[in-house]
Amino acid sequence: MFDAKCEAMGREDLAQLQIERLQLTLNRVYRNVAFYRHTFDAAGVAFEKIRAIEDFKEIPFTTREDLARSYPYDMFAVPLKDVVRIHSAPGASRRMIAVGYTKNDLRHWTDCAARILTAAGVTDQDVVQIAFHYDLFSGGFGFHQGAERLGASVIPASATMSLETQVTIMRDYKTTVLIGTPSLACNLGTMLDAFKVQPQALHLRVGLLGAEPWSEEMRARIEAMLHITAIDSYGLTAVMGPGVAGECACKDGLHVNEDHFIVEVIDPRTLRPLPPGEEGELVFTTITKEAFPVIRFRTGDVSALVPGTCACGRTFVRIRRIAGHIDDRLFFGGRNVFLSQLERIMGEVLGTLPHFQIVLDRKDGVDGMEIRTEVSAEIPSIDELKTLDRLRLAIVQRIEVEAGMQVKVTFVEPKTLARSETGEVARVVDTRE
Amino acid sequence: MLRVLNLEAGYGNLRVLKGVSMHVSPGEIVALIGANGAGKTTLLGAIAGIVRATDGEIVFDGRAIRNAPAERIVRLGCALVPEGRQIFAPLSVKENLMLGAYARRRREPRAAAHARMEEVRGLFGVLGERQGQLAGTLSGGEQQMLAIGRALMSAPRCIMMDEPSMGIAPKIVKDIFQTVVRLRGQGMTVLLVEQNARAALAIADRGYVLEAGRIVIEGSARDLLDNRDVQRAYLGKEYRRIDE
Repeated sequence: MFDAKCEAMGREDLAQLQIERLQLTLNRVYRNVAFYRHTFDAAGVAFEKIRAIEDFKEIPFTTREDLARSYPYDMFAVPLKDVVRIHSAPGASRRMIAVGYTKNDLRHWTDCAARILTAAGVTDQDVVQIAFHYDLFSGGFGFHQGAERLGASVIPASATMSLETQVTIMRDYKTTVLIGTPSLACNLGTMLDAFKVQPQALHLRVGLLGAEPWSEEMRARIEAMLHITAIDSYGLTAVMGPGVAGECACKDGLHVNEDHFIVEVIDPRTLRPLPPGEEGELVFTTITKEAFPVIRFRTGDVSALVPGTCACGRTFVRIRRIAGHIDDRLFFGGRNVFLSQLERIMGEVLGTLPHFQIVLDRKDGVDGMEIRTEVSAEIPSIDELKTLDRLRLAIVQRIEVEAGMQVKVTFVEPKTLARSETGEVARVVDTRE
Repeated sequence: MLRVLNLEAGYGNLRVLKGVSMHVSPGEIVALIGANGAGKTTLLGAIAGIVRATDGEIVFDGRAIRNAPAERIVRLGCALVPEGRQIFAPLSVKENLMLGAYARRRREPRAAAHARMEEVRGLFGVLGERQGQLAGTLSGGEQQMLAIGRALMSAPRCIMMDEPSMGIAPKIVKDIFQTVVRLRGQGMTVLLVEQNARAALAIADRGYVLEAGRIVIEGSARDLLDNRDVQRAYLGKEYRRIDE
């Protein structure tokens, strides 16, 4: 562990620390951030009466819209001159969110990232290739700082260079740890052959991946193709950035850095907190951030608290791997299906994302899903019937393996799916009773 | 070791502490800083059982001690070095020290108290040299050492100090703070209230900032030293820049 004193602290000590930090955070945001002062007052919340974490449910939520409305600096809890870094997060309706960090915020972020890296097995002996974007969105920075803090050798490869260059660097610089998105790792794995590089010729041993939902099947594929252990991590700029939570070697949920964040899982319809094991929307409250604290921020990410304790010795609560985003979730056959996952598979198989429509029906109590896909000239050699059959089969198989469900895929003529007045194809048509 | 949760305390109708939560772990030096009137002394007083708390919890070593008699709290191992020393001026140095062992008089043989007095003299040589002298004739720094020595005579595991640097020459302050570090090295837990934030944070592991009866900042000593609000309010950093 990077910081065993914190990461393995007793739950009672942690509860004390969390309530202390929550109370002072509420004191500070009430005094320094107009939005929170107004929200608390309007909701009639006596934040001073928050005596235990359980009292928490009285405090109103903060949404991405709230943050976007405060663009650029109205959510800052310190004067701008105390801010030493500004990143951005996607806001609502195409607006952005500006997220500030003080010197202390950056140090805490670095420490959190270092913990996640250590939990993934990264040490000062490693050569770490970071293939996240280094830009306004916090991407590469958190792990970059954390890996340097550990004393690893850090290559800021970023995500802009070609796959071939990534592989060349990986081979020549003897990279041992790859950090990036699972899609990138997957693409690298697929392309190794084309670049005439054997996975054995690489020194890679760990992939610390994240920033998008990915399945266990995808993990297995990445691990097999690159001969690595693939570890999941979670973070978002509005809360801090990469380093909010991460898996340990047990690969059984992501430990949340609970001395810095209070995590809740709520039912997005009733907004009630859910007990461990039940799936809902992740909600985070920052309790050490100085510049940009967020109170009960609704992430939109779907997960669940993992009940029980972890064999690794860390006492911090775990969240299940992110299943997807609340806005693109549909219930199918008693489980959650995420449109983004289907979109990704379609795009990967077809090489382009055509117009498609998901039609849900129910026969004899069994849910059925048909994916109607418009053929288009952009799909390679689409004019051959054999190709169509092959593509159809590929999509069906990938969805079965990665999403664990059986679907029917049909191809239809261009521009035959019903359009709305704005020319958009309704993504989901649900004919179930 | 010491855990305070949602503590409210005050004097008559005056509410000084408005829901304070803080803790000190075993072997830690924790600094509590804040302006005059923020409630620092009231907090120590409430923990020590000399200021009445109206709500909240105080737990020392797993035992609830809110509004327990002051001498019971001392016996449990939590001693206070009060603000302004509060030594007994007409008594000798030795007599002052022996008074510190009063709470334990029925629990241990006299010899144990004498052995402890030897330790205290080892810590503050000057107290040994002047053991027969009247406490009121000591210098400010020596009186402070006597007050700390007296607290140590109760064999505490946690010592709370209220403004030990007040009105004392900087060189002596340094000596006293070094003694605090030495005590911690022997396993002592320390809660240090200080106006002199810079000196306190130099030896502390963690710190809290108390403002108008509420905790507004908590963190490692480094976090506090790097916090711009702390710099502005308690380290006098930006004023100097304005002067220049």
